[in-house]
Amino acid sequence: MSTFQFPPSIRSRPVYGTLAPRPGKAHLMIADAEGAEAILSLAGQGPGLMAKTHVIYIPKGTGETYVDQLRALKSAQFYTGPTYAASVQRIRRVLSDAHMGLQVYLAGTEGLMGQAEAEAIAAGIPHSAIQTEHRGSVARRMQCVHCKGITEDVMTDPFTCAHCGLNLFVRDHYSRRLAAFQGVCVDAEDPGNVPEPRELYS
Amino acid sequence: MSAAPQKARAGAERIDVTVSAVVPVNDLVTRFEFTRADGRPFPPFSPGAHTVVEMQDGGRTRLNPYSLMSDPSDPTTYAISVRRDDAGRGGSLFMHRNVKPGDAMTLSYPVNLFPLDRRARKHVFIAGGIGITPFLAMIAHLEHLGGAWELHYASRNRALGSYVEDLTAKYPHKVHAIFDEDGEAIALEDLLDGQPLGTHVYVCGPAGMIKWVHDTATAHGWPAENVHSEEFLAPQPGKPFEVRLCKSDIVIQVGENESLLEAMERCGVDAPFLCRGGACGQCETEVVEADGTFDHRDHWLEEDDHASGKKIMPCVSRFIGETLVLDR
Repeated sequence: MSTFQFPPSIRSRPVYGTLAPRPGKAHLMIADAEGAEAILSLAGQGPGLMAKTHVIYIPKGTGETYVDQLRALKSAQFYTGPTYAASVQRIRRVLSDAHMGLQVYLAGTEGLMGQAEAEAIAAGIPHSAIQTEHRGSVARRMQCVHCKGITEDVMTDPFTCAHCGLNLFVRDHYSRRLAAFQGVCVDAEDPGNVPEPRELYS
Repeated sequence: MSAAPQKARAGAERIDVTVSAVVPVNDLVTRFEFTRADGRPFPPFSPGAHTVVEMQDGGRTRLNPYSLMSDPSDPTTYAISVRRDDAGRGGSLFMHRNVKPGDAMTLSYPVNLFPLDRRARKHVFIAGGIGITPFLAMIAHLEHLGGAWELHYASRNRALGSYVEDLTAKYPHKVHAIFDEDGEAIALEDLLDGQPLGTHVYVCGPAGMIKWVHDTATAHGWPAENVHSEEFLAPQPGKPFEVRLCKSDIVIQVGENESLLEAMERCGVDAPFLCRGGACGQCETEVVEADGTFDHRDHWLEEDDHASGKKIMPCVSRFIGETLVLDR
């Protein structure tokens, strides 16, 4: 299993659940990497569910591990994309064509779920109606609060901003709009005094 | 304590008005239009808001909520439409029989428990009978903004369909009139099907219709956040009962034809309220002691609150039993 129990934190920090089938006219499942396991588990719970489902899957580092199993679910549509950025056009198109009664299921890393959630919210679905299940890496999508640049897949705290090079402290303070956590300069008052980076949740 | 000024009396602030017009709409419904007694503009209101109308009926003060149906962009006039309920508690009969143009009355500031969700891509209105009134203000507002909307309006027949002629004439492609006596019914499943993502549905009408819309939308996969409803309950009569109010240190009798809230007010207790119809939650009161059965009738408290016997909504709910002590 690829699940991780996040410790309790501030209210801003997203919490994730376990995907469960809900009544709907159509279903959209978006997952990356080990998120495939959540989709496979969900598919087994709802007879007839996959026949009304569009699956969008980004294998990330898992390569072909889950692709054949997902294809075998015989969803109405199945798409694999090399990256989220390559898949987002398709996600937007699916959402813009969708009608009320669409159920959205997101699984995998926080970065994938957060970004896909932002697209679904922009399309008119309330965030509380979007199901999420975290699987796989605990890497975070971070926004530098100073330069506003986004650094993907941050695994250590502190880390170096990929845009402006500041040393950033990883906060649990989250923006649903940006689908990113806040990174705040850790050595602003004493430049160069940077704690040794530690792996997140280590 | 907050720094906000303390209000002198419970309920929303009040406005003295003059009845400027009394217009029969059909056999059951009359429209009342008001202007401000001091000539100033009315406070702006958001569509869906209601006002509590204060009626001086002999020695009795009646306070009934009615949805504001006038165009929210018109600060000179507030208008309500009142359906005469011959079997009701008498507020609507008082309005129909006693209120004449030129009369001085008092309205509360508007309170909105049924607002439009501004994030909606489209608004679908479902009205039953006099439930049309909040939608008239919403439609006027959305027409100014160019918002997307459609109305499905069920009434008994064309003659009793308040404003149905105006609406179908003005918005022939957006208004769907349904007449029960013609054997028609709102095709709810069909109209929910295929609505664009981000559509919100609003229902105002009888309790059965509201439940039907909530249940059907849920079964079709609509998020609860996208389904809105408003139903004012009229306090129903019941057996008289006795209540001790421990803060006020008095024992009061609640008569057969008055609500617990009205009995408190009659005895000089300034109890909080806004909607007086079991919807807003303002009058929620702690139960200190009870020996008997609660008759909960509100939409506000959760089921476990009702079961706990620790809370009551005095605007609509009653009590049957020996002892009831409230923290008021």
